[in-house]
Amino acid sequence: MEALFVNLAAVLSGWLTSLGLSPIWADTVLLFVKWIIVITIITLNIIILIWLERKVSAFFQERLGPNRLGPFGIFQTIADAIKLLTKEDIVPSAADKLIFKTAPMFFIVVAVMLYTVIPMGQGMEVINLNIGLLFFISIGSLSTIALLMAGWGSNNKWSLMGAVRSVAQMVSYEIPLAFSLLGVVMISGSLNLQDIVAAQGKLWFIILQPIAFITYFIAATAELNRGPFDMPEAEQELTGGAYTEYTGMRWALFFLAEYTNLVAVSALMATVFLGGWQGPWLPSWLWIIIKTYGVILVFFWVKWTFPRIRMDHLMSFSWKVLVPVSLGNILLTGAGIYFCRWMGWC
Amino acid sequence: MQTDIYRVNVGPIHPSTHGGLHAEAVMDGEIIQDVIVHLGYVHRSVEKIAESRTYQQFVPYTARLDYLATNLPVLGYCQTVEKLLGIEVPERAEYIRVIMAELSRIASHQIAIAATGIDLGATTGLMYGMRDRERIMNIFEMTGGQRLLSSYIRIGGVAADIPDDFIPAVRSFVNDVPQMIDEYNGLMTGNEIWAARMQGVGILNPEDAVKYGVTGPNLRASGIAYDIRKAEPYGIYDRLDFDIPTGSRGDSLDRWTVRIEEVRQSGRIIGQALDNLPEGEIIARVPKTLKPDPGKDIYHRIESAKGELGYYIVSDGGNKPYRLHVRAPSFINLMVLPLVCRGGVFQDIITNIATLDPILGESDR
Amino acid sequence: MQEFNLEQMVQNLEEQIGDKLRTVRDQFFIVLNIDKSELRSLMFKLRDDYGFNHLANLSSVDYGEEFELVYHLYSIPANDKICVKTRVVRNSAEVDSLIEIWSTADWQEREVYDLMGIKFKGHPNLIRVLLPDDFEGHPLRKDFVMGGR
Repeated sequence: MEALFVNLAAVLSGWLTSLGLSPIWADTVLLFVKWIIVITIITLNIIILIWLERKVSAFFQERLGPNRLGPFGIFQTIADAIKLLTKEDIVPSAADKLIFKTAPMFFIVVAVMLYTVIPMGQGMEVINLNIGLLFFISIGSLSTIALLMAGWGSNNKWSLMGAVRSVAQMVSYEIPLAFSLLGVVMISGSLNLQDIVAAQGKLWFIILQPIAFITYFIAATAELNRGPFDMPEAEQELTGGAYTEYTGMRWALFFLAEYTNLVAVSALMATVFLGGWQGPWLPSWLWIIIKTYGVILVFFWVKWTFPRIRMDHLMSFSWKVLVPVSLGNILLTGAGIYFCRWMGWC
Repeated sequence: MQTDIYRVNVGPIHPSTHGGLHAEAVMDGEIIQDVIVHLGYVHRSVEKIAESRTYQQFVPYTARLDYLATNLPVLGYCQTVEKLLGIEVPERAEYIRVIMAELSRIASHQIAIAATGIDLGATTGLMYGMRDRERIMNIFEMTGGQRLLSSYIRIGGVAADIPDDFIPAVRSFVNDVPQMIDEYNGLMTGNEIWAARMQGVGILNPEDAVKYGVTGPNLRASGIAYDIRKAEPYGIYDRLDFDIPTGSRGDSLDRWTVRIEEVRQSGRIIGQALDNLPEGEIIARVPKTLKPDPGKDIYHRIESAKGELGYYIVSDGGNKPYRLHVRAPSFINLMVLPLVCRGGVFQDIITNIATLDPILGESDR
Repeated sequence: MQEFNLEQMVQNLEEQIGDKLRTVRDQFFIVLNIDKSELRSLMFKLRDDYGFNHLANLSSVDYGEEFELVYHLYSIPANDKICVKTRVVRNSAEVDSLIEIWSTADWQEREVYDLMGIKFKGHPNLIRVLLPDDFEGHPLRKDFVMGGR
């Protein structure tokens, strides 16, 4: 079971070469196959996730949640997807059409790109990039531009306010996000995510880097625009923020992208802090799924419990609390590494 | 840096304006410079309609004023007419009225709690408030057959006697009130973000509160212990024992906590009314056509869930009011919205609307 | 503000204002019928000298030739109440605004203007509050024609 997918890939690659393709072309085809698989997983995942979030929030709020279509309402999301696909696509007449239309595509492309580097199991990643972590952070921050495009293109005050807030928020939270991951990089000595997983063979980084874990979790919540930091969306204040003017499938793309981001960030969290795909008994690809869903459930829990934070508090929290704390954590980690070497433990 | 003032229209179609409120915010960046309130989106000319309806026919219209605390405006109107005509209400009816009125107050405050929850992004808070309010709606259904707009209170008493399972249902609800309050406090009041969003936001000092005629929980949150149930007791309120919760800072958090405490006090009142509920008639003998003396006028007020709800009725001797004016607490409380919003950030508008708790059906009449 | 008696107050006011003030007592209120020229000064006295700090209700009634403005005043610390009435003639319906004395008069006066068409001298923003700005007529007047338009 462990090497199921790796073996499948090897078989496919062998078959392609036997057909007479040169190894380079076989690799290229294989890359596309991997991409298609990743995208399928993402889509399926999101169908489950949306259903799960509705069920989980219903549980928190003592409601039933979706329960009509299929067992436990599992097909509700599919029905919703069909509805959204068939809805009228409205583009406001005053909108900047090009920007308005490309924003959701840009958002989802950025979100899907994040999956390139995440190790889904032992030897299972689309590309084994040696700057994987850096790639993840830099691609992740691109989604700000998509939100700004959506807000600007809509030509609506609410959308623009949502976009401006999202830029301010994401730029501010980018810094503690990156800083909190630096501690891990210092200990493992690598930006390659597979190396970081391997470095957690004995001890998960959540134990070595508890402060970084907490700051990363908070910063990631803000990066994902999830409650209590869902300022750019803020249905009750900004009537949907940057997404106000979007309908049908364009809106659904934003929605999909948000969940795609959620899975990616949770998977990264599992990889960097929770030992990645490592675990006893079960195959590695199942472990990463279990850990990712565990993190996602915590995100759900936080969102459905907390009220929304105020914009100025949000900013001051980032600059006055998270940034100093994560900087302090880097200092502490460095001192710890020197101490460890001096004692001859590592 | 050269900056522009821009205007954002919060409402009339906006998720957090509790009906058709239109607040035009004049903003300098995220800072509110002024708020201009536009009303009238729910105006149904109730005062004009009253002039062409008999005194009894007008009862259901009053239920539609404050539709979240439906028994309170009905109670206010019926008491005004009774006072005008000198009708004595039977003892048992008075007690039932108190129970229904206080249940309405709790229902209204629970909506306020729920709505504040969702306005501030604590979606779960909405469901908690609504879940508990559902039990009150079931109790209303038992008595009047109607859940939301039960015109159960009538001129002279109440429409029908309470059914057998009414008292156990109310009793069990009242017993659960402290537990409900603990839940609200645990989920929302105790939360750091919640406190940060409310503390010091929308401060209304007592001088301004009185000057602007603010009444009800909003006035009490500013530290003035003024409750018409104590100051000018109507019905049997002088026989009941309860406290007036007050705030000290007059900010949103105080308005919020005062409402939660009022739920507790209303629970106490209902408990006492249940204990002392006498047997007897439920409605006085009221003539079919009510004709007050010509030229008589009356202003009667009760403590509604939102504040001082008054009716001013002028009679010309006919069976219809010559003039009827509703002193709507929401209307007058909304007047301070610009005052409390100025200088805050945009999100404070939402907080302030939620904690001032206006109801537009009453405000626009 | 010293202790005072409502009857004493009415006597004092009658002495000060003279025949422009006519007091009527019904079973609910002491009603001070004041000439509209003295309304503002009376209200200032009531607030500053006698502590009526809460203008609870501001209403108006159409009596054909004349409109009557009705003010219900309460004193929050002392728990007293009084009613003040004044009359204006129909074709020159204008009265002093009380917005300086109680800020709460702001919207209440706008409402009276909106629905009854009485103007308030000195009100800084006398526009309609409940009805649309382009509405014609004042619906609470008895001669307002109802029915389909």
